[in-house]
Amino acid sequence: MIQQLFTIVFTTSFAYSILRVSTPIILAGMAAVVSERAGVVNIAIEGMMLTSALTGVVVSAGTRSWFTGLLASLLISIFMSLILAYFILNLKANTIMCGLAINTIAKGGTVFALYLLTGNKGASTALKSLTVPQLDIPLIKNIPVIGEILSGQNLLTYLAVILVALLHVFIFHTRMGIRISAVGENARAVESVGISVKKTRYMALLISGLFSGLAGTFMSMGYMSGFTANMTSGRGFIALAANSMGQNTPWGTLLAALIFGAADSASNSLQVLKIPTQFIQMIPYATTILGITLYSIQRSNKEKKTKTKLLNQE
Amino acid sequence: MSEDLLVMSGITKIYPNGVMANDKVDFSIKAGEIHALMGENGAGKSTLMNILFGEHQPEEGEIFLEGNKVKIGSPNEAIALGIGMVHQHFMLVPSLSIAHNIYLGMEPRKHGLIDIRSMVKQAEELAEKYNFKIKSTARVADIPVGMKQKVEILKALARGAKILILDEPTAVLTPQETQELFHELIEFKKKGHTIVFISHKLKEIKQICDRITIMKNGRSMGTYDMEDMDEKSISRLMVGRDVIKTIEKAKAKPGEEIFRVEHLSCINEDGKHAVNDISLSVRSGEILGIAGVEGNGQTEFIESVTGMRKDYKGNVYMKGRCMDKLSIKQTRRAGLSHISEDRMTLGVAAEATISDNLIADKLGEEIIGYGPFLSGKKITRLSGELIETFLIKCSSEKQPVSMLSGGNMQKVVVAREFAREPVVMIANQPSRGVDVGATEFIHKKLVQIRDKGAAVLLVSADLNEVMGLSDSLMVFYGGEIVAYFEDSSKVTEEELGYYMLGIKKQSEEEIRRVLHE
Repeated sequence: MIQQLFTIVFTTSFAYSILRVSTPIILAGMAAVVSERAGVVNIAIEGMMLTSALTGVVVSAGTRSWFTGLLASLLISIFMSLILAYFILNLKANTIMCGLAINTIAKGGTVFALYLLTGNKGASTALKSLTVPQLDIPLIKNIPVIGEILSGQNLLTYLAVILVALLHVFIFHTRMGIRISAVGENARAVESVGISVKKTRYMALLISGLFSGLAGTFMSMGYMSGFTANMTSGRGFIALAANSMGQNTPWGTLLAALIFGAADSASNSLQVLKIPTQFIQMIPYATTILGITLYSIQRSNKEKKTKTKLLNQE
Repeated sequence: MSEDLLVMSGITKIYPNGVMANDKVDFSIKAGEIHALMGENGAGKSTLMNILFGEHQPEEGEIFLEGNKVKIGSPNEAIALGIGMVHQHFMLVPSLSIAHNIYLGMEPRKHGLIDIRSMVKQAEELAEKYNFKIKSTARVADIPVGMKQKVEILKALARGAKILILDEPTAVLTPQETQELFHELIEFKKKGHTIVFISHKLKEIKQICDRITIMKNGRSMGTYDMEDMDEKSISRLMVGRDVIKTIEKAKAKPGEEIFRVEHLSCINEDGKHAVNDISLSVRSGEILGIAGVEGNGQTEFIESVTGMRKDYKGNVYMKGRCMDKLSIKQTRRAGLSHISEDRMTLGVAAEATISDNLIADKLGEEIIGYGPFLSGKKITRLSGELIETFLIKCSSEKQPVSMLSGGNMQKVVVAREFAREPVVMIANQPSRGVDVGATEFIHKKLVQIRDKGAAVLLVSADLNEVMGLSDSLMVFYGGEIVAYFEDSSKVTEEELGYYMLGIKKQSEEEIRRVLHE
């Protein structure tokens, strides 16, 4: 069985599929990084992804241009995140409740819109939608093994990796990025130097919406070609998990997303073995919980120790 | 006086809840001095400074800077005028470096990106100019409290502050850090900065301040040259009282010991040794008062003895039974009642109804239900009784507590805590923010349970209350008991003031009398 496992895992197509499967989690993970840094737990990523996925399909089918489809889906998800921001920041509504509302509306609304447009409640097969193209990278394409893994991925996959690097620079090396992080950590500190907390959070949510839109578009115009009901199936939430595992940093979240992606594609490939796929899919999450638990036990023990040490000093 | 740098004249501030925090206060500072602003808790010092820093707007009064009238509408405007404030609670971002915190929102840039190298260089130059020893690339989360304060001060200086307001800067510092801060403040003075120093630690003020303004009950008691004042005269101005309300009570007839604390020490969240080896004993039928300026370990001490804080060293006994390992519920069942100092977060659930608050500690008991079920009838009857006995003014027991006035809210707390016939009553600031009528009522109730044989431990920053209500009295200073008076009626407030401000301290033997051995 182990041999069988190796023959599945150590193939170029397996590595290729990890990148492909991880892409939406990476993009949505970046959406989570930005909003979490500003102190907003954005559970609406899921709903925004789903809405974008449908919008991309519909607009690209209507305009016969994948680029217009992409643009439209980004606009809709930014628009949704601004609505979310308005409710949270101006009307002071509960963040989780608003996120939940957006997710529920998106889940029902996309199916409703799909039915109106195609008469089908399950999939958009009636729409001749386009996909974002795949790219062959010259030179790399010809390198054995690496070429097979890295070349020929979707444009959005490459974009995702570039954006992770850009987001890293944005968060740690620009004024706005630092402000976003500072707002999440201690809003009063930021206020005390005359920076508007509200404006900063608006900015963060806007960027979060942009990434959610990219993630959603990839789902229906890259990962699959076409929209099916509830096709994001919890990837927005997995992104939140990846973000917390990656400790709110772009690179860390990228790594966590790749681990989740690997488990996901493993569970697809390992179906030939007799291990239930659900068990394999569970592994990254179980590991996360275990890791977090061990980490906090160790930390609280350390705190206790220093306190007892201080108390027994005299 | 033409030499005054800044004049605040006739400042009156009334808070929305009707408290007059400042009553026609005049305050002025001269360029290049260290000016102390002193007074008890609630005397209006912080309010006055918050007005100067633009965080509050006064109802009346004017502010003049270098002879020109100014209006300070926000902290931003204050900063623009060269006024900086270091708050008691630091406003820093823990994960960022020291340099980043100093220049937050005004970081130097190169090609649109933050130029970290030149930011660190600027921070180091600034620190060097004022003789601060800091490592500007260290993360704020990793540096000690004293260092954090320096970062706050540098933050103000980086924004061009000429007048620096420090709100109780030494409250969080160790004695060594305090001395270091004082050297730095004197250095500022030499460089032409002006400092307003809020504190209630007399010794410190004597050490570095040039002039002092004393506040009491929202009014200024005058500004004096430090040279003309000795510790006793300052203390008299600060704690001397206007109204003496006598609380009617018979002489206490203390019985056997009920509540005992032995060698209690604890470290608070700032890593400070907040309570240091405190032992005491309270007997049945007596009220033992704890006087002291706030922040001298009272909060942490009460949290420990009521079971809210578990990480203390030492032992707490109730009627000989060790309480250290018991949960709060078990402690309460054993007969300990607790009126907490923070009414809104610990005393009541503000959005819940009066009756919900009244029964909160009785869930699962026969008095309000049958087994695991609650009985609406029983609850209504009990709440009705309590509302009547404790004179809670409300339209019905279904009203949310948040609709009540401060006094009535406190009565809800008192009603709940008294309903159980307490063996030990711990009353922490029982009349804070409560009107005169309700205060009198609460005092009467405390005396009543004392006469029934309960042991009462009273903590109060209000001298009238703690002196009038207690049978015996002790003083907390720096997390220790510094004085014990067998008979509180024989203590003068002047005397008490010396202990509260750490000028005097009783001998070990005198303090040990509190154990009644």
